[in-house]
Amino acid sequence: MLAKKGDWVQIQKTLLKPEERTAPLPEDTKKLPLQMRVKGFLLNESAEIGDEVEIETLIGRRVKGILVAVNPKYEHDFGEPVPELITIGIELRKILEGDKNA
Amino acid sequence: MRDLSYDAVISRKNEIMKKAVGIDYEKFMISDLVFDYEKMMDEVGYSLDKVREIQAETGVGNTTLVELKQINRLIKKIAPKGKGARIFIKDEATNPSGSYKDRRASVSVYHAQKHGYKGVIAATSGNYGAAVASQAAKRGLKCIIAQECYDSKWIGQPEILEKARSCEAYGAEVVQLTVGPELFYYTLVLLEETGFFNASLYTPYAIAGVETLGYEIAEQTKEMVGKYPDIVVITHAGGGILTGTARGLKKAGATNTEIVAASVNLKGLHMASDNDFNKKYFTTGHTGFGIPFATFPDRSDVPKNAARALRYMDRYLLVSQGEVFYITEMLAQLEGMQRGPAGNTSLAAAFALALEMDDDKVIVVNETEYTGAGKLPSAQLTFARKMGMEIKRGDPIKEDIPGKSIVIPEHPSQIGYIELDMENVRKSYVKEVMKRYNKKEFNMEEVSFMAEDTNTTEEKIKQYIKELGGELIETKKG
Repeated sequence: MLAKKGDWVQIQKTLLKPEERTAPLPEDTKKLPLQMRVKGFLLNESAEIGDEVEIETLIGRRVKGILVAVNPKYEHDFGEPVPELITIGIELRKILEGDKNA
Repeated sequence: MRDLSYDAVISRKNEIMKKAVGIDYEKFMISDLVFDYEKMMDEVGYSLDKVREIQAETGVGNTTLVELKQINRLIKKIAPKGKGARIFIKDEATNPSGSYKDRRASVSVYHAQKHGYKGVIAATSGNYGAAVASQAAKRGLKCIIAQECYDSKWIGQPEILEKARSCEAYGAEVVQLTVGPELFYYTLVLLEETGFFNASLYTPYAIAGVETLGYEIAEQTKEMVGKYPDIVVITHAGGGILTGTARGLKKAGATNTEIVAASVNLKGLHMASDNDFNKKYFTTGHTGFGIPFATFPDRSDVPKNAARALRYMDRYLLVSQGEVFYITEMLAQLEGMQRGPAGNTSLAAAFALALEMDDDKVIVVNETEYTGAGKLPSAQLTFARKMGMEIKRGDPIKEDIPGKSIVIPEHPSQIGYIELDMENVRKSYVKEVMKRYNKKEFNMEEVSFMAEDTNTTEEKIKQYIKELGGELIETKKG
């Protein structure tokens, strides 16, 4: 996807390679780099996903990194209906109405 | 160019922090271990009246205390005769950014503005980020929030993704990191680069901001039921809400109110493990923070942590993830209050306590928090299922296994708690001191400080030191 100057984008950057992570860490985390994602407005004239780019963040800070998304979506949502939860309200009201065995 | 390697940045920690919080901690320190806590709180923090004034400027606090009438009716129905305490809840979700954290952020952001800082930074994956961002917006300061958000496959915890959205909505820059304690390292990098104020969760400003919560609870409870609460139940993670609330209660005169901490039991899950990161469906209020911060508060980002939970904690109860999701449904379905879930950890514990307490007793749960996409039980349990968790109805106390199964109670009478032995918690504090300061010998000044810091007697501290293989130097200094 082609991004143009001024587009709202997300970049990614490696802050510490695995060998640079000298803090005490569990084995699984130790093998991985410490990475960062941050969003901002693209400063380059144009760029493709995977290009090294520069952005200006919401507070005006300039950060360089690899372009990973253009107009990144908020992907979290309300979830699916959960069968284990749906009946709780009905069960509790039954107890309130006097059915001790509910 | 600055050396940005981990070790180089950490070695500049004290110098960076001094500029970024403007507190000379040396003034209060008597030795590495011993310091004058009350003097630090008095001199650095703001008075309760001043804090109320600061919070009024940005619409923080003065939230409603709500009696949970339907839930209390339910409790009376299922409790043994003569039992069934009344529960009241402080509706902190009605603060500007949706949680009590606005109180905790308000004084820091005020202080930053007053001292000419251009912006504020906070390292937080929780509601605190939104609170700092909201307070910064109100006071015209820039804001950066640094979060630990993703595992190595870039799967983000939905609750943390929601906090990021909220921070961005208030105009903050959100820096999202993969799993690891180096969130602190990178926060130092950002503080050094920007010269912004460190709106740490653990300064005297942060804790002074929470004292109004305890004060309001004391006043409102007295007005509504004619006495101070018998018990206040507090969701416990880093210790700030417990410390601030307890201090506020005392300042209002509620000196006999019992302070009960509650955390979600996540025993066995490693906090810094990439693999375990998305096996937690609560990003705060759990034992992964609660126990380490109670037993060694000075693990925080400032030299001396103002949040010192053991000074005020009378009891420490653990509940399961399933119980908290269940009580969150109960609060929505019976009280018409969609809140949480993480903030409802204390409500689950309060429900269990109410069932066994006399019916003339009053329990106050000291917070609610906003909810929505990413946070709701449906959002978290959908995510949990995707991550391979087993979700079922059953007995939460017997069947819950953190990281494997989430057990939703089949009946409200199954809501219970696991009580931690406070003696063991205090002994762990002494053990941590021995480990962290590489110390075996203790003088009386140190014994006395540790007794004060854990709300116990000097005799007990001496006993723990001996049991842990340490020694006492009986001569008093000076």
